[in-house]
Amino acid sequence: MDWIAVADVVAAVLMLCGAFLVLAAGVGVARFPDLLGRMHAATKPQVLGLVLLLTGVGLRVHAWDVAGMLFLVAVFQLLTAPVAAHMVGRAGYRTGKVDTSLLALDELTPDQEAAERAAQDEADGETEQADADPR
Amino acid sequence: MSPATPQDAGWWARWRHRMRTQWHAALWLMVVWVLLWGGVSVANVLAGTLVGFLLISVMALPSIDYRGRVRPVAALRLLGFFVRDLLVASVQVSFQALRFGWTPHGAVVRVPMRDTGDLYLTVTSVLTSLVPGTVIVEAHRITGTLYVHVLDLESSGGADAVRHHIHELEERVLRALASDDELAHAGLGPQGTAVADARAVEAMAGDVDPGAPSVTPEEDRP
Repeated sequence: MDWIAVADVVAAVLMLCGAFLVLAAGVGVARFPDLLGRMHAATKPQVLGLVLLLTGVGLRVHAWDVAGMLFLVAVFQLLTAPVAAHMVGRAGYRTGKVDTSLLALDELTPDQEAAERAAQDEADGETEQADADPR
Repeated sequence: MSPATPQDAGWWARWRHRMRTQWHAALWLMVVWVLLWGGVSVANVLAGTLVGFLLISVMALPSIDYRGRVRPVAALRLLGFFVRDLLVASVQVSFQALRFGWTPHGAVVRVPMRDTGDLYLTVTSVLTSLVPGTVIVEAHRITGTLYVHVLDLESSGGADAVRHHIHELEERVLRALASDDELAHAGLGPQGTAVADARAVEAMAGDVDPGAPSVTPEEDRP
């Protein structure tokens, strides 16, 4: 058994695991009840799933130039996925797309309402207070 | 902004300051360039360096106000815990997605953070968002408060467990990146003090009694 065969077996296992995670993410997007739950499924298992798939591909192709590019894909995925998730969640929350009645606990809505009241009070006094609004 | 970069200083002075403080950005851009071209050659490295310095000259981002220092052991610990969290949580969320007939009950939890600055807040948020099951929906930087959405409150162990988990992550981030002064300001002693050990042991035990007094004073919120 040579090293190429070992690398191929490891690559196959990694790719199968990655494919499973991406499949689960797809099922979660279809199945979870609200926007935020779907966003979890859409952004999260996919991160590890993609990293596993890329590692598998890297082990299979035996080429350093390809490995470098796969590494870049993984790095930029890790850098951008949290920002994308945050923007979707925040935009959904602020435009009322999140059904807060489905939440078991919601500590953001009261704080936002309090901040809006404070901002309103400030506006009455004609003073701009940027920090009253949670952002 | 440090006194070395007065707004009225000339373009040339600002450029030299930027080169002093942001040369690593140019280095990183060079590495990206070389990786994209798929091979290390003299031409690639030179062209990448040129492009990198050109970019930070004409399209510079503001400098990050970083006064800490990187501790390699603590950084490795942060990375190790992150990989563990990522693996455990990915598998957990996958099985939750495939558990038909079961509906997650999400929650948005308020997590007041230590007052330590934007950089550590950002790093903690990014790492939290990368781990499945938790997403930051709002970050209020002036009060240093994160609002974390968890996929299922029950399997996360309740709101206090979520807060505790994020505070531990923040502590690991600070121990990996912050300066001694910032650590002291955040109420964290040097590595290996009794406080840290007690919290680490509690963290390993995993289960947090919701009725128990909070670990950090910031948690004592109604």
